[in-house]
Amino acid sequence: MAALTLRQKLAILSDAAKYDASCASSGSVKRDSRGGRGMGSTDGGMGICHAYAPDGRCISLLKILLTNFCVYDCAYCVNRVSSNTPRARFTADEVVDLTLGFYRRNYIEGLFLSSGIIRNPDYTMEEIVRVARALRETHDFRGYIHLKVIPEASPALVSEAGLYADRVSINIELPRDDSLESLAPEKDAPGIRRAMGAVRLAEDAAREPARKARPPRFAPAGQSTQMIVGADGASDGEILRRSETLYGAYRLRRVYYSAFSPIPEAAARLPLKPPPLVREHRLYQADWLMRIYGFGRAEILDEDANLDLTVDPKLAWALRRREDFPVDVNTADREMLLRVPGLGVRGADRILAARRLKRLELADLKRISRSLETLKPFVVAADWSPGGLTDSVGLRAQLEPFQPDLFA
Amino acid sequence: MRVVRLAHETDLAGWREAARRLRAEGVAPEDVFWAVEGGGNLFAADITSEVGVGQADAGEGFTVSRDFVAVAERAVLNRSDERFGLLYRLLWRLKDEPRLMRDASDADVWRVQALARDVDRAAHKMKAFVRFRAVRDAAGEAFVAWFEPAHRVAEATAPFFVRRFANMRFSILTPDVCVHWDTQNLGFTPGADAAAAPRADSLEDDWRTYYASIFNPARLKVDAMTKEMPRRYWRNLPEAALIPELVANAQDRTRQMVAAPASKPARRIAGVPRAGAAGPSDDPPQSLEAVAAGVSGCRRCDLWRDATQGVAGEGAGAARIMFVGEQPGDQEDLAGRPFVGPAGQLFDRALAQAGVPRDAVWITNAVKHFRHELQGKRRIHKTPSAGQVAACRWWLDAERALVRPKVIVALGASAALGVIGKATSVGKARGAPISLADGTQAVITWHPSYMLRLRDAAAKAAAFEGFVADLKSAWSLAA
Repeated sequence: MAALTLRQKLAILSDAAKYDASCASSGSVKRDSRGGRGMGSTDGGMGICHAYAPDGRCISLLKILLTNFCVYDCAYCVNRVSSNTPRARFTADEVVDLTLGFYRRNYIEGLFLSSGIIRNPDYTMEEIVRVARALRETHDFRGYIHLKVIPEASPALVSEAGLYADRVSINIELPRDDSLESLAPEKDAPGIRRAMGAVRLAEDAAREPARKARPPRFAPAGQSTQMIVGADGASDGEILRRSETLYGAYRLRRVYYSAFSPIPEAAARLPLKPPPLVREHRLYQADWLMRIYGFGRAEILDEDANLDLTVDPKLAWALRRREDFPVDVNTADREMLLRVPGLGVRGADRILAARRLKRLELADLKRISRSLETLKPFVVAADWSPGGLTDSVGLRAQLEPFQPDLFA
Repeated sequence: MRVVRLAHETDLAGWREAARRLRAEGVAPEDVFWAVEGGGNLFAADITSEVGVGQADAGEGFTVSRDFVAVAERAVLNRSDERFGLLYRLLWRLKDEPRLMRDASDADVWRVQALARDVDRAAHKMKAFVRFRAVRDAAGEAFVAWFEPAHRVAEATAPFFVRRFANMRFSILTPDVCVHWDTQNLGFTPGADAAAAPRADSLEDDWRTYYASIFNPARLKVDAMTKEMPRRYWRNLPEAALIPELVANAQDRTRQMVAAPASKPARRIAGVPRAGAAGPSDDPPQSLEAVAAGVSGCRRCDLWRDATQGVAGEGAGAARIMFVGEQPGDQEDLAGRPFVGPAGQLFDRALAQAGVPRDAVWITNAVKHFRHELQGKRRIHKTPSAGQVAACRWWLDAERALVRPKVIVALGASAALGVIGKATSVGKARGAPISLADGTQAVITWHPSYMLRLRDAAAKAAAFEGFVADLKSAWSLAA
């Protein structure tokens, strides 16, 4: 076989990385290249999406695998050992050069490096860490680095990864332990959770006020994970229950939901269907309600239930709980305003600020909310009361989108 | 009609000065026409007088709120012609409505915030969509970009690029203004046109390869892409030229993937053993290592589901004394070791004070997985049920049989239940050793977390003293 060119490797190893949904470059510390030898900055808040692919996904980082050779045989993965996909392997220098070259041209915020498992977990983790170390130490690179942690790798390597990375992630892969057992025979769900627990402990230690020697810095942008949706029979309730548990136990910044996508070289064990994109979208909305809007998972849905695909989970909740509405926008507290369909965090805060100056009317709400028609049945304003609308039988049909937003 | 001629499109200083004078003179917003030198928008016929800019400030002093200044600095960069008039109208209204800026539902406030938001977005998109191309000159490599911002944000966004590329020479050319950084100084020159910028870069083919490869054709969402990467930016993005073809072929590529038969491996695959433990077994474990392995895969009750791991006991394998706690807490669950959290630290202090060496004892829990419930994002300890304690006795009994301690100290009620097998009140049973059927002595005392929960300092100190005394007498009983 002729040696692959760098561009051929790039094509193979970015194609192989695209099933990981995470591309965020957010939540790290503030730093920049002034006073240094190299380049790069992170602003501490939101990251920057430098491009969007036609799949609507943000391209923020150079997201690649070091290699897609892999000794594991996970049925859902195009890179599993039994797949006939073309294989390639970057050298550490090649990844470093690509990252710096792309960064210098302002194509990216940094690097998201993962890898197939070659030889063994420690060897693989060492290779990943080698790239990050060269970027940080040899080139004084101060952009964003996200490293995939191999759950079975030794703690010392994980600590070193955390020293260089802004964010680390360990994929939980599937919502059920037993489906991981059957679809990913070499992976071990308890081992994955143990690794997440170790990461959280390292994060906590790095944040603790220094007594004598401050423990080394550890992934200031925290950890995230990914769950594949639709590859096993788990209900949305089970999926969100798992997320809730993960957020609580490991202080994850994000759980990414990745609709199981048909892959080239599919395994016989998995359904070949178009990905359930609406379902993935609804899961993100429900996850958002848990993280930002103060909803408990049990309020959103029961463990064995699935999310309503026609309307968003907040509207679905409000339609079930009509006895709690209408809410008076001139008196309700923030917690309740956040539960009104059509009002977001910014909308609720604007209402709170504006109503100190005057009593809000419908025309005011029109400037505050982007979806007045959704809002109207659920609120009372100075010149508006929904009357029987809140409890009307036809309300749901009236608020359903004309076409389900299948690809929203 | 009064006319103000501002020096340039983003002349906030000129606007401020004129606005002060106009307001001091009591000129209403509807009587002012704002124009920009060379802007070509001066056509009003009924001009009565012009307001000079650059003259000494004759107006009375007044201050405006900080939030007005902040929004004005951004809104003035908007390409909309209404910006100067709108800002003056707001300034005018602020005289009688000093808190106006906090009312996002007011039409003028809403409008100026919308202008400012569009400017923020344009600045963000500039940070995202500038594409540098390498050039060489006598001093070495430098980078030049051609960019067309939606609003006049180039100057205000320049410091971002300086922070990011402090050690790199670069220029960003735009139709409004050009930005230059030579690794020491930031400079600005008048606007340029696209012809002044380099036309290609050696890495652009790699970048396009990456863009095409990272796209998943099975998830086509063109609207989501266009919303965040509006078409107006495409002509300066090297990767955007690929979009039509990627979109056109996506459905066919997906159809082919779905229609293709499942793949069969082209070569023989040697299996890799699973990293985790073996399945559950009903044979009593024959070693403490086997207990640890068994605990980690235990399914005798449901607690494993939401826990990180089973936490087995640790310590001296042939200890004379065994301490049994209730269950692992948050920290123990994460670390996989008993008594390492706040209660464990208190326990360590008490052991040290009682003169009991921690490495000479066996420390474990009645229940091996962490029972908790979520409150918001926190895991809150929940007392294990009698059923869970009973289910977990399998492991505690195995540890007892293997370690064969003379004395077992049960820390708290759940531990007493696990050790003795029936519900016992710690308050009543404390202090008096109980002889168990297998010949060991059981000593019951508080769980260390009991002392952590006591609010009153004196009660806390007294309880700690009693606890140390209990440990001391248990230790001498085991001697």
